[in-house]
Amino acid sequence: MSTAKSAGAAGSRSRSFGDRVSGLPTPVKVILVIAFALLLYLLPIINPPILSTPDTDFGGVLLTVTLYVLVALGLNIVVGYAGLLDLGYVGFYAVGAYGIAVLTSQQASWPFLLALPVAVLAALVSGVILGGPTLRVRGDYLAIVTLGFGEIIRLIAVNSESLGAAAGIPDVGGPPSIELFEVPHLTWDGWVATLDLDDTSVFLEFSVVDLIPFYWLTLTVVFLVIWADIRVKDSRVGRAWEACREDEDAAELMGVPTFKFKLLAFAMGAFIGGLSGALYAGKQGFISPNSFLLLYSILFLAAVVIGGQGNRWGVIVGAVLVAYLPERFREFTEWRVLVFGLALMLLAIFRPQGLLPPRRTVRARRAEHEIETLEEGDKAHG
Amino acid sequence: MAERLLEVDDVTLRFGGVVALDQVSFHIDEGEILGLIGPNGAGKTTCFNVTTGVYQATSGDVRFRGESLAGRKRFSITKLGIARTFQNIRLFNSMTALENVMVGADAQHSTGVFSALFRLPRHRREEERGHTRALELLRLVGIEQRADELAVNLSYGDQRRLEIARALATEPQLLCLDEPAAGFNPAEKAKLMELIRTIRDTGYTVLLIEHDMRLVMGVTDRIVVLEFGRKIAEGSPAQVQDDPAVIAAYLGVDEDAADG
Repeated sequence: MSTAKSAGAAGSRSRSFGDRVSGLPTPVKVILVIAFALLLYLLPIINPPILSTPDTDFGGVLLTVTLYVLVALGLNIVVGYAGLLDLGYVGFYAVGAYGIAVLTSQQASWPFLLALPVAVLAALVSGVILGGPTLRVRGDYLAIVTLGFGEIIRLIAVNSESLGAAAGIPDVGGPPSIELFEVPHLTWDGWVATLDLDDTSVFLEFSVVDLIPFYWLTLTVVFLVIWADIRVKDSRVGRAWEACREDEDAAELMGVPTFKFKLLAFAMGAFIGGLSGALYAGKQGFISPNSFLLLYSILFLAAVVIGGQGNRWGVIVGAVLVAYLPERFREFTEWRVLVFGLALMLLAIFRPQGLLPPRRTVRARRAEHEIETLEEGDKAHG
Repeated sequence: MAERLLEVDDVTLRFGGVVALDQVSFHIDEGEILGLIGPNGAGKTTCFNVTTGVYQATSGDVRFRGESLAGRKRFSITKLGIARTFQNIRLFNSMTALENVMVGADAQHSTGVFSALFRLPRHRREEERGHTRALELLRLVGIEQRADELAVNLSYGDQRRLEIARALATEPQLLCLDEPAAGFNPAEKAKLMELIRTIRDTGYTVLLIEHDMRLVMGVTDRIVVLEFGRKIAEGSPAQVQDDPAVIAAYLGVDEDAADG
């Protein structure tokens, strides 16, 4: 809606990538987006040499990456838009995963597609239940409460027999397969690609052996979530979230029911977190409490912060890096966590706003800097 | 006589042992500009905070069009028709000027996630209205050419003007301005006086806290003087100026500072 206006205003400023893209005529944009989406769908089929992971199944890695992207998009609504620091996001992920696991394993044996909405709804409800009493506290206190929530969910899973205790739940059902056609993979000999008709993926056969169809499913979910994210952000709801983040008291006095909107952000974040947890359980086939350690909450948050909280494209990049790099460089097994930690520290020092912060953050920082320099100049004169 | 808009009735506010407001009563009629003055620490901003719901009065009552504000949430008081600006500017810094005002305009809107998701007519209608209204108000306060700037990038004076536009966007019947001229030079103050009069003539009622005596005397219809949380005088600018209690409390002591 505001593209034409911002493109006009951008003329005087340096043109960023986003400006260039939004300056293109609409049909060109549509074609570019479709081409890019198609490329993403075909990525595991193309299996490009440098990108591909030598030691692990590339389709599986891409699936993990997409799940992280989904989680990061959800967490970005809570942390990036509404400014609520959530350190227990893995809790919602766990609720979604356990929801699917309980409903589709031997105990209930529901079909996956019936269990999915129930599991995701359970995650959303858990978000509202957690948010209701805790969103009255702010900042650090909220971080502590959510940290506790994530651990509580995991400890409940560890300690209740009906949830499989420490061993977890086996035989989690996946989505139903519709076998329509086969897609042959490319194989690479150096830089020459050949079509390998013996190595195919079946559209759409969900199995533990070939994770590519599951990747296609998850990627589609990611596209839907991005679409929803764009629309909600550019509305009264998105503005209210940002106003809460910027100055909660001022927002309240400008007629924004801040509690309601914070709870909404929490519920939507929980919904998306639960969705990715449910997909994870369906992909994995079994789950155990070890998949929902505090470490994952930190990793999810790292993805959001690395990418640039508040910018959906930034957090996607962050999630891709956090999930993909350790898989790509598996040969440095025991070193990779160390390198990852170092990379995080360097980023925190040299680019604290993230790799791709929202453009306004960049501009705001520049302005602050300019104002500081001016003030210093004034002092020097006086 | 014009209708009573706001009635502050015998309001006392205590913070522990400190009495911030001591049995303060005054009222504002529709369409007038009421000045609230007093030395530093007299309880002017506290008075604002009671009328906008930030604090609840220990005793006494604040009524807006006869309706008590006690126990109301802050955002619902805004929706009822009282809007304010802040003594120390509190804008949404990393949002544009236009977006800041649109947040204010959203006080009149009710688009939820569902409407936004499917771009239902309500969403489109309200976005359109909010956008148009925000531009109108930016024009009224004279910063429409800065609409796409981030609030943090605006000059100090423009930030003060943006606060007024944002408050007006909530469609208030009573606009409370908390020291809108703080830090302004005489030329800017003159322009601000002009703006406040325009705002009143557009149909708003204004409650104004201000230190600058010339501005207060020039623009208000009536003045209430506070000192140490108590009302010590009330009347037209001329009456207040000649009131010995006021001269003793305020003008007599602070004359140099006030003229400076």
